[in-house]
Amino acid sequence: MRAISRRELLAASGTGLIIAFVIPGRAEALLAGPARKPKPLPSPNAFLRIGTDDTVTVLLSHSEMGQGIWTTLPLLVAEELGCDWSKIRVEHAPAHPAYAHTGFGMQMTGGSTSTWSEYDRYRTVGALARELLVRAAAEEWKTDAAKLRVENGYVIGGSRRASFGQLAEHARALPAPTKVNLKPPEKWTSIGKPVRRLDSPEKITGRAVFGIDVQFPGLRTALVSRSPVFGGTLRSFDATEARKVPGVEQVVQVPSGVAVIATNAWSARLGRAALKTDWDLGSFAGMDTEKMRAEALALSRTDGAVAVSKGNVEASLGKGAKRLEADYEVPYLAHAPMEPLNCTVKREGDRCDVWIGTQFQTMDQQVVAQVLGLKPEQVNIHTTFLGGGFGRRATPVSDFAREAAEVTKAAGVPVKVMWTRDDDIRGGYYRPAYHHRVEAALDGKGRPVAWKHTVVGQSILAGTPFEAMMVKNGIDETSIEGINDSAYLAGVAARRVTLHSPRRPIPVLWWRSVGNSHTAFVVESMLDELAHAAGKDPLAFRLEMLKRSPRHAKVLKTAAENAGWGRAPAPGRARGLALHESFGSIVAQVAEVSIEPERDIRVHRVVCAVDCGQPINPLGIEAQIQGGIAFGLAAALHSQLTFREGRVEQSNFHDYQVLRIDEMPTVEVHIIKSGAKMGGIGEPGTPPIAPAVGNAVFALTGKRLRTLPFRLA
Amino acid sequence: MKLLVNGREREVDAPSDMPLLWVLRDVLGYTGTKFGCGMAQCGACTVHLDGKAVRACSTPVAAVGSRAVTTIEGLSSDGSHPVQRAWAEVDVVQCGYCQPGQIMTAAALLTTNPKPTDADIDAALSGNICRCGAYQRIRAAVHRAAELKGGA
Repeated sequence: MRAISRRELLAASGTGLIIAFVIPGRAEALLAGPARKPKPLPSPNAFLRIGTDDTVTVLLSHSEMGQGIWTTLPLLVAEELGCDWSKIRVEHAPAHPAYAHTGFGMQMTGGSTSTWSEYDRYRTVGALARELLVRAAAEEWKTDAAKLRVENGYVIGGSRRASFGQLAEHARALPAPTKVNLKPPEKWTSIGKPVRRLDSPEKITGRAVFGIDVQFPGLRTALVSRSPVFGGTLRSFDATEARKVPGVEQVVQVPSGVAVIATNAWSARLGRAALKTDWDLGSFAGMDTEKMRAEALALSRTDGAVAVSKGNVEASLGKGAKRLEADYEVPYLAHAPMEPLNCTVKREGDRCDVWIGTQFQTMDQQVVAQVLGLKPEQVNIHTTFLGGGFGRRATPVSDFAREAAEVTKAAGVPVKVMWTRDDDIRGGYYRPAYHHRVEAALDGKGRPVAWKHTVVGQSILAGTPFEAMMVKNGIDETSIEGINDSAYLAGVAARRVTLHSPRRPIPVLWWRSVGNSHTAFVVESMLDELAHAAGKDPLAFRLEMLKRSPRHAKVLKTAAENAGWGRAPAPGRARGLALHESFGSIVAQVAEVSIEPERDIRVHRVVCAVDCGQPINPLGIEAQIQGGIAFGLAAALHSQLTFREGRVEQSNFHDYQVLRIDEMPTVEVHIIKSGAKMGGIGEPGTPPIAPAVGNAVFALTGKRLRTLPFRLA
Repeated sequence: MKLLVNGREREVDAPSDMPLLWVLRDVLGYTGTKFGCGMAQCGACTVHLDGKAVRACSTPVAAVGSRAVTTIEGLSSDGSHPVQRAWAEVDVVQCGYCQPGQIMTAAALLTTNPKPTDADIDAALSGNICRCGAYQRIRAAVHRAAELKGGA
């Protein structure tokens, strides 16, 4: 078997070119043949299995966390394979190098990359299998393969037809083809058309298994008592009362704290509540949000590590006809996926099984192996459905898998380590808080000529295994993405972007749309400030800045036209717009808002235009945009974490508020088929909503909101 | 104690203060009912007691008494309840974790209000959080379920 490299995939892209790799070692792995006894694990290097019962099983290299990859990857296979869609079965692949991300080299799900990064690979898998099945039929019928066609799970030649299942055994014995032709887009029958999700039946009946649902005889449940302040260390603990709780079996110390292990979750919870712990809270115990904000404000007045420097920004600021300065702030945020974190670890001798809803299989496998003194290949990762990810299940240090391995090691029994909602909200790995300082100038004609931008916030990558590779010259790109690469700012003659990355013990992480979750807010709000200062229409002002970016301009115009920009909205309402490119896709949103009597911002409608290159499943794109808006709107209107004496003040959904259905606007999605390179769709819907709403509030009230979450009073 | 779950009488050995949620999940193995917050803030654990939607995470098992418990597994044997059919048709689910709770709340709403307005739906379902933000399709699916129910 050969590893699949990105270079080879790129060589294979396009139609009719030679495929330079063999998908699974040999055809027998590709086509598993007769319904043999179920194997304990799927063949580790197969993407597809066709059973004699006609089932077509697609193995996913990516995790299903709501984004719909459970449907998209089979769709790519099916387009080429020509199978019966009702015969498709889907499984998460085990952790294995064969399933490494085609761009990142490790098995993972993130960065809104799952569809475009697998676009060629899964279509090729389907085409290879079709080729084998057709060849098998040609041999059986002693005819020329070129005379046969494939339709809905059958190979057909004249009056003869054979189902894929009937041909699977024969096809299995054939050598894998060395080249396949991929269909040209005009022959597609499925790609680009709306397709409903394949995971609905399981998810609407309660049958879908999430990590938290894993159960087997002998499995115990553990809750861990962790330091109430990040960076604190355990001095001692007293488990006397905890052990008295019925169902509690063990109390063990692990590097992250003290684990209470019980026969069920409720006993573990009562046991943990009865546990007495004494922590050395460390230096962060003296820290609070106000102090951190003051530190960031002071830093923002100084030059940081230089990310962008073009022209003489100070001179241009001085010469401008109008000069604006503003400070923007965003808070720490928890991802708060609906399924609280959990991981189940079972070890038997040299074999270990891990059940986890994860975005980072490769890391988890390595980390669990390291904790247990095993080789990575001795650790079987069973990826369950993820009850939401949003980045939280992609920790470079595999925090919750590591902890579960530690607890299992200490307890000597299979354990599911579960987090409560409080653990989740207070447990770190947050979107960092940021302070932005922007100074900008307009020339006599109201055109931006200078942009000086200082960003202050923790680096997500610092201290992770990715730091050496991804932080260059003190610049963590995830802190400034969306500023340094802004299509708007590309045309501003003098600009300077610098970054301060203060070190704090608060664990931070990528949160749906990562740096764009704050940079879009700042750039698009500041542009709006400039437009109003220039006395120009916000749309016209932006279009003028996007003269050299026709794709962006088209997206913005599409959203504006469909929203009725230029026509008065209903009385008491106003519109605001924003456009942002992230993860290779361009999204514009026009939000229509009003202020309710109790001084709450109400978002009624969001008209959205999206250019993500080639759309694969419009129904999925629409869902991701709606969801991305809901996620961003939660942060715009409600969510924030604050610290007092080093402790996170919020703990659950009553004080860490997210969006509920009664605040969900009507979202209208317009997909632009630009033919450009395919981009992502899971995250790009999130960044524009906060500035679109803030700009609408300004249009309505004249009040510029520069801090998230928005507060009118 | 005895518990009537999805039409079956079950003998349950659990402390009386154990929330119904954990009895269902950890004692009886009905894992379709989800844990999300533990304090009736998110609705992931919604089940029916005599047809009425309640949060199982905040209902001590001893308080259930003789009332019939229905979980997502008992709403229908095959996903054919009008709410489930509507959910599939409208392609509501994303990660799917909150959906058993959403569906149970929606099903209870339709028994008391067969033709809910958007405002009725928002009011009834505002206790059910969906972090994926599938709300717009949830609304559409409740309307569709009302139609399916009316037509059945």
